[in-house]
Amino acid sequence: MLEFILEALRAAVPAGTPLLFGTLGEIYAERSGILNLGVEGMMLVGAVMGFSTAFYTGNPWAGIAVAALMGGLLSLIHAFISINLRGNQVVSGLALTMFGTGLSGLLGRRFIGVPLPPSAKLTVIHIPFLSDIPVLGPLLFRFDPLAYIAILLVPVMWFILYKTSLGINIRSVGEDPATADAMGVNVFAIRYLCTFIGGMLAGIAGAYLSIVYTPSWIEGMTAGAGWIVIALTIFSLWSPLRAILGAYLFGGVKVLQYRLQPYGISPNLLNTLPFILTILVLMFASGEVMRRRIGAPSALGLAYSREEK
Amino acid sequence: MVQVRIERRYFIPRWARIVTSSISIFLALMAIAIVLWTTRIDPVQAYKKIFIGSFGSLYGLSETTVKAIPLLLCGVGLALAFKAQFWNIGAEGQLLMGAIAATWVALFFPLKLPSWAMRPAMFAAGFIAGALWALIPAFLRAKLQVNEVITSLMLVYVAIEVVNYLVYGPWKGAKEWGFPYSDKFPDSALLPTIPGTRIHYPTLVLGIAAAILAYFFLMRTKWGYELRVTGDNPRAALYAGIPYLRVALMVMIISGGLAGMAGVGEVAGIHGRLRYPQGISPGYGFTAIIVAWLAQLNPLTVILTSFLFGGLLVGGDALKVSLGLPVPTIHMFNGAILFFLIGGEILMRYRISISLVRAKKEEVRVHF
Repeated sequence: MLEFILEALRAAVPAGTPLLFGTLGEIYAERSGILNLGVEGMMLVGAVMGFSTAFYTGNPWAGIAVAALMGGLLSLIHAFISINLRGNQVVSGLALTMFGTGLSGLLGRRFIGVPLPPSAKLTVIHIPFLSDIPVLGPLLFRFDPLAYIAILLVPVMWFILYKTSLGINIRSVGEDPATADAMGVNVFAIRYLCTFIGGMLAGIAGAYLSIVYTPSWIEGMTAGAGWIVIALTIFSLWSPLRAILGAYLFGGVKVLQYRLQPYGISPNLLNTLPFILTILVLMFASGEVMRRRIGAPSALGLAYSREEK
Repeated sequence: MVQVRIERRYFIPRWARIVTSSISIFLALMAIAIVLWTTRIDPVQAYKKIFIGSFGSLYGLSETTVKAIPLLLCGVGLALAFKAQFWNIGAEGQLLMGAIAATWVALFFPLKLPSWAMRPAMFAAGFIAGALWALIPAFLRAKLQVNEVITSLMLVYVAIEVVNYLVYGPWKGAKEWGFPYSDKFPDSALLPTIPGTRIHYPTLVLGIAAAILAYFFLMRTKWGYELRVTGDNPRAALYAGIPYLRVALMVMIISGGLAGMAGVGEVAGIHGRLRYPQGISPGYGFTAIIVAWLAQLNPLTVILTSFLFGGLLVGGDALKVSLGLPVPTIHMFNGAILFFLIGGEILMRYRISISLVRAKKEEVRVHF
């Protein structure tokens, strides 16, 4: 039984890492007031571009860099429509997911069933000494480097958001752009920056799936992970620190689903958990007082223009 | 002196809407052509295949109609919901719940239904199931101010997993050789088709009737008027005493119910059984968002736009057969068209005015 739990905990980290990357990015975008429902699409394009780059160069880091760049570039379409044209962010985000799904299918058609050369894979790092500690060693110190980077990003992104002037600007832009503007914050630049960060991290999340986790390109391989990211962003109440808990929790649920099947728990019903929990969180956090206490970005999804206030 | 100014348009004439939409689609197709070209696919060839595949033959036209049916039903409902500024993004889930309800009536209904009552009962059950699924976001929005975009979207994925659960679990057919299918429906639960095609015409008739009724509901009834006022100016609606709860429930019952009926049509008209979710709908509920949007939220125009996008879906199949492109490629068209439609719509709100003005002799400045 202990074996079982430890194994599940260990497997939860790689399964949760793409969710963590995606959620951290979406938290920044939403904190600045931009709702980007295009995560699924950006992840898919990141996955296919990351895989193909790693495949041709034999270097996983090149793949991850290209995936980040592609995710970022795609997010700029959404940024342009939401920020400059002040279009409907919901519809634009959905369009981004559709576009990315289609584009990834088109770009990936030659890579279906193609294995990644060994040099292009990211190997697990055994941190010397620490990874040899019984029980804790394998649990905490035997992951791939990208999983560690995701963990490191959590305090860094939390610190930037809550302890630096950039972070205050980001949150104020998402809270009340008109006031932030009056205070001399460049609303447009902040929103572009945060949307771009969100796109890059979504791209990396996709590349993690195709280069590290699977590793291969499968059509539609994110299988709804992008929507779990949208759910997790709310579930973690827009906080990077809570995001790591949520990501590993749902990563763990994903790992556990087939192992719990013999005990009569349906994997499909278990899969509905992130979505149902998110709806419950939204219900719980609905009141004005509650929203203020948890710091939900008030201007989320609203366009800002200087001429109409 | 000639003055060129960009100014806001407060009244958008109909011709401007049609021209803008057409230009948007044209630009989207150009953008996709560039993407195709960079991946070494001849765009002219690809577009020819799409057009011939979907509209170039009687068979193609019939398949286009088959795919237009669910888009029409979902699109009409979404047009009403969006008109009230209620962002129902979950038509896909409501469609699947309708499919589940139809399957329940066809295979597991506790009473023995006479065969004449079977099909109406399936459509009724599908409508109710879709509407109930849609009422969750409506209630949460009206009562707790929970954003309906997120809740309706989340419920899509819950519905997908519920269908998966049923076809892999309790409803898995005994004679289906391990495929994630339910048993086949009895003959009394199958919809008739136009001979030689897969067009299940009862659903098509329901769809067209829904479009016409929705138009009259919107334009000629008191509730339709309340819906439009709520969408145009929520604050004015509040002062006029129009209860938001009623409008929210109304649009979600209609749009969820129609999406549910689309699901009934798919399982009873095409497949004859419940299947895994992607096998029932390749994202009709999401494509219907573009269908409604392109129709400028006019239910009657949805009839036209649903055929256009039905054709595009059939064209996607043609691309797979002739050029070996993966099926999801067609979503790229959907996404790009939507991008350009939003962009065009914003630009449409402005116009360039060129006028001759006399140079002012003196500038009057008022200081406060």
